[in-house]
Amino acid sequence: MELILTEDQELIAKTAVDFVGERSPIARMRALRDDGDPAGFSRELWKEMADLGWVGIPFAEVHGGADLGLAELTVVIEALGRGLAPEPFLSTVLLAGQLLQRSGDDAACARWLPGVCAGDTILALAYQGVTSRYDAFSPSVVATASGDGFRLAGQAIQVLDGHVADALIVSARTSGEQGEASGLSLFVVPKDASGLEIVRQSRVDGRNAALVQLDDVAVSAADALAGVDGGGPLLQQTIDRATIGLCAEMLGGMQQAFELTLEHMKTREQFDTVIGTFQALKHRAADLFIEIELAKSVVMAAARAADEAGADPGELARHVSVAKAHCSEAYVHITNEAVQMFGGVGMTDEYDIGFYMKRARAAELTFGDAAFHRDRWAALGGY
Amino acid sequence: MSDLQAFQAETRAWLKENCPASLLGAGGGGLVGTWGGRKWQPENEDQRVWLERAAEKGFTAPTWPTDVGGGGLSKAEAKILAQEMRALGVPPPLIGFGLTMIGPTLLQYGSEEQKQEHLPKIVRGEIRWCQGYSEPGAGSDLAGLQMRAEDKGDHYIVNGTKVWTSYADEADWIFALVRTDPKAKKQEGITFLLIDMETPGVSVSPILLISGSSPFCETHFQDVKALKSNVIFKEHAGWTVAKALLGHERSMVAEAFGGGSRRSLADRARAYLPGATADGPLPDGGLRRDIASFEMEARAFGLTMQRSRDAAKAGQQPGAESSIFKIVGTELNQRRQELLLHIAGPQALGWEGEGFADGELATTRDWLRSRGNTIEGGTSEVQRNIIAKRVLGLPD
Ligand SMILES: Cc1cc2nc3c(=O)[nH]c(=O)nc-3n(C[C@H](O)[C@H](O)[C@H](O)COP(=O)(O)OP(=O)(O)OC[C@H]3O[C@@H](n4cnc5c(N)ncnc54)[C@H](O)[C@@H]3O)c2cc1C
Repeated sequence: MELILTEDQELIAKTAVDFVGERSPIARMRALRDDGDPAGFSRELWKEMADLGWVGIPFAEVHGGADLGLAELTVVIEALGRGLAPEPFLSTVLLAGQLLQRSGDDAACARWLPGVCAGDTILALAYQGVTSRYDAFSPSVVATASGDGFRLAGQAIQVLDGHVADALIVSARTSGEQGEASGLSLFVVPKDASGLEIVRQSRVDGRNAALVQLDDVAVSAADALAGVDGGGPLLQQTIDRATIGLCAEMLGGMQQAFELTLEHMKTREQFDTVIGTFQALKHRAADLFIEIELAKSVVMAAARAADEAGADPGELARHVSVAKAHCSEAYVHITNEAVQMFGGVGMTDEYDIGFYMKRARAAELTFGDAAFHRDRWAALGGY
Repeated sequence: MSDLQAFQAETRAWLKENCPASLLGAGGGGLVGTWGGRKWQPENEDQRVWLERAAEKGFTAPTWPTDVGGGGLSKAEAKILAQEMRALGVPPPLIGFGLTMIGPTLLQYGSEEQKQEHLPKIVRGEIRWCQGYSEPGAGSDLAGLQMRAEDKGDHYIVNGTKVWTSYADEADWIFALVRTDPKAKKQEGITFLLIDMETPGVSVSPILLISGSSPFCETHFQDVKALKSNVIFKEHAGWTVAKALLGHERSMVAEAFGGGSRRSLADRARAYLPGATADGPLPDGGLRRDIASFEMEARAFGLTMQRSRDAAKAGQQPGAESSIFKIVGTELNQRRQELLLHIAGPQALGWEGEGFADGELATTRDWLRSRGNTIEGGTSEVQRNIIAKRVLGLPD
């Protein structure tokens, strides 16, 4: 594995950074929030991203994708993270889309993925309940056998982009105990299924999420990706890969927040000099810079490890945990320090830096924080 | 088979055939490193043989050009050599400041005669070098150094004192920073000068450290004659050379942390924690998380070093990597040493004698030595100053 961008990847990265600079500065995200936009993202821009080929990056060519990997997708997401773009990469591409693709369920893929790649279809994954915390194997939705299918009942929280999804993939316990990988099933549920109620939630980072209530929603056994009772490992692997994408977003966000802070350090004057002359701030800035350099390495390595054919799942999980633990702490630390170094204006809604601090926290508490991943690392190491 | 694969196969075969069996495996057969030099006494015959064979092949300095005795390997090949050595548990045939500091600097700034004179002797482990930078009054503010070199036509007369000179008592030559123009601005009056430690007027007195050993010395120069042909680059332009060498030094201090297959921290902890089982979670949850946190940051650091090497291989210019590596590598090493103390608990308190295992005594001493990591080669604070100024562009 070479930790360097190929020429093609450099090109994608440059296009994406330029695109974000011109089309998706943070002001756009602010406007979506202030206008109470019903979608919470721009369908037009999403369509453009699909036309640029970004949405289809990890999908098979038969469905309109580019059949590339996380190495390519992460450079795009990193760029979007700079502008905190709320378009549904995580929900539609990395979670639900990848779940479909990796399930090998040809019929389901053919039904949903062409629309995804074209930028027309939004998908979401409903897997967490109020008490699941970071355990992917403890959903709050229960499936009860009924005829040759199941009825789903329960709740899923903070379903990313659930309020605009054309279909949800719902993780439900069909058998076994909570916390076990086996006995989990992943059902594809179209948005108009009867008994499905979707309510938009409002989060601190302004990102789109929904509360999903299932009241005896009928599904058939054929709708279970990876088969009835067989969804657990697929779900975990997909979340791991999505975590790498999230880390890339965090990497973009932390770089932007840091650059804004440096700019402020070079312009804000106190005691007749710019505050960037103060060594107490300089040394902290140097530390933040180092954290970013390490973050670049762990994200790159994780993406490449995931793209390697026949990647050892344990080793991949280690890469993911290193990346998520590091990016979580770095993004939170950098944005906390940023607000501190901005001073009073850092606390205002008018300044952008607060958006990054909020997003850092939301990203930290998605797919496991640093403590969770350290625990997982130790468990993987047999201690 | 690609060229690199062929190289890998050849290299592996060569290592197997040429590295004496007694040196293979973890820890290089228990050798203290091979430092070479006129005063060096090999611990055993195999150690001498391994140095000789590796030097003959150019593997003591794998990436140096062949005309000075190096291996002439590309960075990609050198990486493979290092991997193969690790895989087989082959110890480095030679270590020291010749290979890591003055050698690379001579390659960059030395004249052709100087390279031919000094580099082959470094490659063969015949001459051991030490570093004469710091003085009692010039540490972080290195450019404030005072050691005087007076112009006497074809030579200088050198007077002054260097301090913290690691292994000066065992070294054959010193690369020193001397003041040749006392009137110029402080950075502009410095010359980078090589001096034979056997020259009359050079004397050393070892300094006892908190770890109980005396690896470094105060080095005195009284009317020492040094030929001008031993000036590297140009007179009064030594600061440029000095900074280049510091870059090499920082990378070395950081790399020293990376290496070797070591017994896992968790396994060591099991031996000390009451109630620990062979494969269950460690009973001390705090220690368990500290170990995980350390291992994960160490991996992030290792990946960052790899990324930098891969970028260099692809011809990208290095940025402030050496300062980043110096800060992170040394702080990680200190964390590791502290973890080892915490793991051993009261058994980490031994100084010598009864009741403590050798490994425990080493833990104590290594911890003490590691405190110097964030001081030597430019303190962590100085590295942060460098990053703030050169990379982040923050004003003075
Ligand atoms: C184990 C070891 C081996 C060494 N080997 C050698 C050797 O072989 N050859 C050699 O020449 N030297 C050697 N040194 C010396 C080393 O380079 C110096 O100790 C180091 O550069 C610091 O200088 P100082 O000790 O004078 O500390 P000082 O410069 O006096 O620093 C004291 C404290 O002040 C801080 N400080 C100083 N300036 C600033 C600033 N501008 N901003 C913020 N903080 C600052 C420092 O970070 C430090 O914490 C070695 C040192 C050690 C510990």
